[in-house]
Formats: sequence, C-alpha cells, structure tokens
Amino acid sequence: MALENTAIQDKLIATFGEAVYNFQQERDIFSFEINADQNKAIILFLKNDPELRFHFLTDLCGIHYPDSDVDEQFAVVYHLHNWYENKRIKIKAFLNGEKPEIKTISNIFLSSNWMERETFDFYGVDFIGHPQLKRILNMDEMISHPMRKEFPMEDGGRTDKDDRFFGRTVDNC
Amino acid sequence: MMSDSNIKMVAAPDGVAGEGFFATKLNDVVGMARANSLWPLPFATSCCGIEFMATMASHYDLARFGSERVSFSPRQADMLLVMGTISKKMAPILRQVYEQMAEPKWVIAVGACASSGGIFDTYSVLQGIDKVIPVDVYVPGCPPRPEQIVDGVMKLQELVRTESVRRRSSPEYQELLASYNIK
Repeated sequence: MALENTAIQDKLIATFGEAVYNFQQERDIFSFEINADQNKAIILFLKNDPELRFHFLTDLCGIHYPDSDVDEQFAVVYHLHNWYENKRIKIKAFLNGEKPEIKTISNIFLSSNWMERETFDFYGVDFIGHPQLKRILNMDEMISHPMRKEFPMEDGGRTDKDDRFFGRTVDNC
Repeated sequence: MMSDSNIKMVAAPDGVAGEGFFATKLNDVVGMARANSLWPLPFATSCCGIEFMATMASHYDLARFGSERVSFSPRQADMLLVMGTISKKMAPILRQVYEQMAEPKWVIAVGACASSGGIFDTYSVLQGIDKVIPVDVYVPGCPPRPEQIVDGVMKLQELVRTESVRRRSSPEYQELLASYNIK
C-alpha cells in the first residue's frame, strides 16, 4: 500500500505536535514546514520510522526572502525520498535573517555535508555542529554570500566591459 | 627531395647562399625553428576544449603546423592554450601553470570566456585571463571553430617567427611580467 500524505501528516503531528505545520500538496510533492530548532529530530524520525522510511536525502538548499519578517528571512529546504514507496516530501525550515543558524543533519545523512557547505557558502547559513563548515565552491577569499538578494549581479568595480556594447544603457547609444 | 612529393616545406629564411655555405641571421633561424615546433599545453575547461580536440584530430590536424606533441606538463610546453571559462577560484592555478612554463612561452586565449569572461559577467568568473597572465593571441568565438583556432596558432607562429631572441631579456618584457607580478 502506498504511503499516503495523511499517514505522514498524522504521524508527524502525533510525535511533534505544533512543531510541524502548513501541510499541503504542492503540485506533485507533499510539503510542510517545521520549526528550525527541531529539524534534526524530525528528519531522524522520518528516516528511522519503520513506516515512513525516508532514507534518502535528495537535496538540501537555502532560500533568501529579504522582504519577509526578520524571523523568516532565510529558509533551508530538505527534499527526502522514500525509495520503497517512491514517495517524496519537501520540508522547509525558516531561519532568522540576522542570525541564520540551524542544526546540521550531516550525522544523519552524510550526503548533506557538502550540501550544507554549499548553503553556507552561498547564503551564510550557519549549520551548528557541522564538522567542516567552510566554503566549497567560491574562492576562500570571498567575504560575502553571493546568493543573498542584496548581492549585486555584477562586479561593481568592472573596468573591462563597456555598458554601451552590452545593451545596458537606457538609450543604448 | 623527390620532385613528385607534395609535402610543403618551410622556406629558408632570407640569406646569402653560395657554394657550400648559407649565411643568415641567428634570429631568423631560431624564430623559424621555434615557430614550427610549438608544443601546446591545453588548459581546457569547457566547450572550447572540445573544439581544440577537433583541431588536434586528423581532419584539421594541428600537427601540420609543428604542434604534433601536446605537452601535459607545463615544463615542456611553449604555447599555453587557455580554452574555456576560468573562474576566479581557478585563476591562481592558471597563473601557477603559466609560471611553471619555461621561457620562451606564449599564450593563446581561445574563445570568448578566456578572452573576456564571455557571457559569464558574474562574481565568480574571471573577466578574461589577461587579468592574471599576459596573452599573445586572442581567438574570438563561442566556441571558435577549429579553423579559427588554427588561424590563432598561425598568428602566433608569425609572432614567434619575428620575435627577437633578445626579447625575453629586454626591459620591456621584464616590465610586462612585473605588471602581472610574475617573477
């Protein structure tokens, strides 16, 4: 029997109560939000529960919402996959914009090690307890986190490219 | 040489020929020798590298120009071909490869990305390799066809052929390297 959304929802609410909320089917993926401070317990539960068996972490990434309330300016998204039932879920945890931090899940899913480093690199999210939280893709000298919305798309100190030749001026002449 | 051969040889440089001797300038001889045995060092990071593979293969055959032997060690290469997007994180590595090459050395920037950053006008991409190393020939294109790469190599051969043997110890050259902070 396939794993139903309601079964997942009931189990989570029975175990974690208020910490798990906003359940909805978003197109073809069942999604919900969690309290960031309980992320580790919830994901461990989803992985180890004999019925849920979400034993595969498909993806982990960050989102920046600069216009939201300060407590919800960042989000970390987890995509989990149950291979036995071929069921996927998406979990979102919102973080504070001033101090985005969340517990690492790198001891639950080893694959999250690099993905958390990437999220740290691009969004500056601090994964507490991560064994080696340092930049993974960008150069080490970089001080900013380039996927944050306030980061300019282009290097402001650019001297080699003339805007006129790239269609970037207002009247382009 | 057999008269019915269609193998084209490089013409001898200008000089004075007589019975049993031929006199010419050392510069011309060295230039000719260098230009016709440029050992390439491919530094390929993306699609331009694929075009370079076609350039080296039998159809376009860069070996016709004396670049038969592709060197994968910078120590034994003359011509560094940078093909593809160079990210800022890659820049120190490219620079180190260039520094490891022995003089005389030449650089060809193949394709829009190596020449100017190309479409990748962004924080993570080096806006042209001439930000970190001196470049002799730029090959435009995204990616350039093998003919264009061959044309770039021929342009470089022309530079090499006419280069003075003293150029590498000239103050201008030292100044150029100093402007890139290369010792």
